[in-house]
Amino acid sequence: MSQSGLSTKTKSSKSKLHLLAEEVRAEIDQELTKYPNGWSISACMPALRIVQDANGGSLTTELMDAVAEYLGVPEISVYEVATFYSMYELKPVGRHKICVCTNISCMLCGSDGIVEHLKSKLGIGFGETTDDGKFTLKEVECLGACGGAPMFQVGRDYHENLTPEKIDKILDQLD
Amino acid sequence: MVNIQINGKMLEVENGAMVIEAADEAGIKIPRFCYHKNLSIAANCRMCLVDVEKAAKPLPACATPVTEGMIIHTQSPKAIAAQKSVMEFLLINHPLDCPICDQGGECELQDVAMGYGDDVSRYSEKKRVVANKNLGPLINTDMTRCIHCTRCVRFGEEIAGIKELGMTGRGEHAEIGTYVAKTVSSELSGNVIDLCPVGALTSKPFRYSARAWELRQFDSIAPHDCLGSNIHVHTRQDKVMRVVPKDNEAINETWLSDRDRFSYEGLNSEERLQSPMVKYNGEWQETDWDTALIAAVDGLKNIVASAGADNIGMLMSPSATLEEMFLSQKLMRALGCHNIDHRLRQQDFRDQDNAPVFPWLGQSIENLEQVDAALLIGSNLRKDQPIAGHRIRKAAIADAKIMFINPVDYEFLFPVAEKIITDPRQMGKELGAVAKALIEVAGVTAPEGLKALLENVVPTEQHKLIASNLSNANNATIILGLSAHTNPDFSTLRALASLVAEMANCTIGYLTDGANSSGGWLTGAIPHRTHQQEKVSSKNLNALEMLRSGLKAFVLQGIEPEKDCADHALALNAMEQAEFVVALSMYKSESLLSEANVLLPVSPFTETSGTFVNVEGCWQSFNAVVEPLGDSRPAWKVWRVLGNLFNVDDFDYLSSDEVRDEVHSFAGSVTADNKIAWKIPNALQNNVDGVVRIVDTSIYSIDPIVRRAPSLQQTADARIPAIHIGEELATRIGLMDADQALVRQGNGQVTLPVIIDDRLPKDSVLIPPCEMGETYLGYESSVVELEKI
Ligand code: SF4
Ligand code: FES
Ligand code: FES
Repeated sequence: MSQSGLSTKTKSSKSKLHLLAEEVRAEIDQELTKYPNGWSISACMPALRIVQDANGGSLTTELMDAVAEYLGVPEISVYEVATFYSMYELKPVGRHKICVCTNISCMLCGSDGIVEHLKSKLGIGFGETTDDGKFTLKEVECLGACGGAPMFQVGRDYHENLTPEKIDKILDQLD
Repeated sequence: MVNIQINGKMLEVENGAMVIEAADEAGIKIPRFCYHKNLSIAANCRMCLVDVEKAAKPLPACATPVTEGMIIHTQSPKAIAAQKSVMEFLLINHPLDCPICDQGGECELQDVAMGYGDDVSRYSEKKRVVANKNLGPLINTDMTRCIHCTRCVRFGEEIAGIKELGMTGRGEHAEIGTYVAKTVSSELSGNVIDLCPVGALTSKPFRYSARAWELRQFDSIAPHDCLGSNIHVHTRQDKVMRVVPKDNEAINETWLSDRDRFSYEGLNSEERLQSPMVKYNGEWQETDWDTALIAAVDGLKNIVASAGADNIGMLMSPSATLEEMFLSQKLMRALGCHNIDHRLRQQDFRDQDNAPVFPWLGQSIENLEQVDAALLIGSNLRKDQPIAGHRIRKAAIADAKIMFINPVDYEFLFPVAEKIITDPRQMGKELGAVAKALIEVAGVTAPEGLKALLENVVPTEQHKLIASNLSNANNATIILGLSAHTNPDFSTLRALASLVAEMANCTIGYLTDGANSSGGWLTGAIPHRTHQQEKVSSKNLNALEMLRSGLKAFVLQGIEPEKDCADHALALNAMEQAEFVVALSMYKSESLLSEANVLLPVSPFTETSGTFVNVEGCWQSFNAVVEPLGDSRPAWKVWRVLGNLFNVDDFDYLSSDEVRDEVHSFAGSVTADNKIAWKIPNALQNNVDGVVRIVDTSIYSIDPIVRRAPSLQQTADARIPAIHIGEELATRIGLMDADQALVRQGNGQVTLPVIIDDRLPKDSVLIPPCEMGETYLGYESSVVELEKI
């Protein structure tokens, strides 16, 4: 089935393409070459990641619309992807996103204490950002590092076998 | 074919069929939520799990293809256990609010839960709650009830062509919605109400008004477009409560347009005329039928005596029934009056003698989805005939080349191969260019006179592409749509379209106005031919000529002249000038009260028996489903009594069936042929200077019933009166978006807001029919003057 006819663009709604910078588009184009013609929707996930990275770690409705427009797919199809995966952020996040695993292995190895420590140290709960915009705390499911439980991910880095002391050291090194 | 066994029953099934299809075919019930025969397979609800021998686990019947020797049990302990578990999971988050749910009594979940659910829930934790969405005036949402079958999502994507509904979030947090609140804008949107197996999406106009088990169901035919979609009308205590589709694979499949579904609201309008009325010295009086009929007969007799029968004009709704059309023309012709017409919005009748016996689709409705190329001329297909739009969309998605020559750049939700957006005056020229390209590309010989006509026409690349797409296709068609019919050069368009069809070896078809244009032609509700297809040689005026000729009397059925005729201002004026106007009407509209002398209350399609002949020539009869409201009566009976009062011979019909059978005896075997003899049109285009108006009667103002359906009038498609104007023209006149401007057309003038609209060609403005107080404008494609105020 050809996908090109499915766009919902109405004539009156304003184009949001200008929100995507040259470099961002170039990167998305690169991804698009990986998929057959007419299946630009397949590049939706990488496109969202690229746009999220370029926007300081989060997406907005306008940016999602721009991605939909750029890929030529209905807006809702992009929303579906962005809301399904927990790694897309739909609200602004701090400079460092701390994703704490509380799934079974980590829980058995004491993730409760880790969470407690993080919450009191940062003064925020899950889904919140510190006032200085430095940290966002997130609860996530298994990140596939059960062997090093308890663990969390900060930005792109995994940190395993966590203890309160180790956490302090990791966080203090960040600016 | 493969042989399988379901519950011990041996079946022979088509290769590649799914188990559920085989079971449905054999009448074996398998519970399901997400599966729907007209949608793609999602297999996400798991309610259809069945036990297949040799398979380790139960398999979903909707997504398991049959294989040779397969042995399936739908009721084995393993199957039942699986289905019960799925049911239990589905009910975890489903609210127990059946008593206040509109779906109660016709809910698939309720039904299946009766069979597979437990009486007590083991789940005592918190249930989730989902915020409702605003999906506009037609669809009500209670999203907590949603079971995530995604039928509505697939419908939007696959059938309506608008993907606005979607599933966001996941797991417990998954929700159906439009994410950013958007009104569902498809003209087929109401179908999600039928599709939704639970009470998450229900009909807003019908909400809380009746329970399914209180309703009686009757079959009927939808009266708003030339497809004749099959419907079920649901009534309670002699009142129409709602309309839902009835399956007919040859016409509407399982779907129904919003117009056909929600127009019933207009049947229960406050404005319904409930008793006969006669105007005495300018004062209206309600009266009985005898008095009113005598007043009508006397009035008409006076005109015949003083001015002659040819001073009467009869204007018939193109959605009147076959029986009504036949009897009315029979009566008028017996009186010596041949001014009879149902082609109210048409303005070019030059070639009517050459027209086919009845202009039809030229193919079956089903064939529309089989074409591999189609050229539509003057058609806002999606809105004019939503079900035909759906068929063509299927063809387009299967890579057919769908092309348009249109006065407005309408939005089609499918790939359009080529489109020429042109000033309505230039449509003939554009079509001529296609003809010329065809001669050049395909090397066909041009018939006599064509060469000279096309001398100055230079085909562009686009014309050549259209020509080659048509001539290279195996199954191609050319269709003249509603705005081709209203174009002042309709005869030129018809001649050229027929020629192109012949040269490119494709079919030619028409998509006509109203529900029964075909019936209008067959029964002789046209001035120039009788029901026996004999040429009328005495004086006969077409719809437009009647309005222009200062006739002394009019007989109207089912119309409001200033809204249903080609030239609104002219129609109003003609009615005002006439000495005597009799209207058979469902409604007591302001304008009829001021124009008419006698008002006879007649029944809409739900209160009378009758027949519509659809655009493929299919005769569909229907019965009354409720009693006529108040003193209103089926119009065919009114015509019969009028015939008796005028002492016309052979007017003793006892039932509408008798009338239909008579018509069938001479028209039933008429073979429709759209091919017409080539006649050189006078000119390719009319050379009117200035800015012209495109009228573009909107989907929800096409007839008196629809105009009175409040919910439809709140949708985005019910356009507000405004001047739509292209950027360039606006700048030239000095108009900006949201300005107020004065429009003059003929003798009418109105002030309207300006909307900048980039869908319009040069030198044209789009002004939908205006119902602004007393002011009416003129007709399609005539000149307007604009002035900023
Ligand atoms: S709203 Fe209805 S049709 Fe749509 S997914 Fe939910 S249950 Fe299915
Ligand atoms: S459970 Fe925490 S990483 Fe797997
Ligand atoms: S009907 Fe088969 S999985 Fe839903």
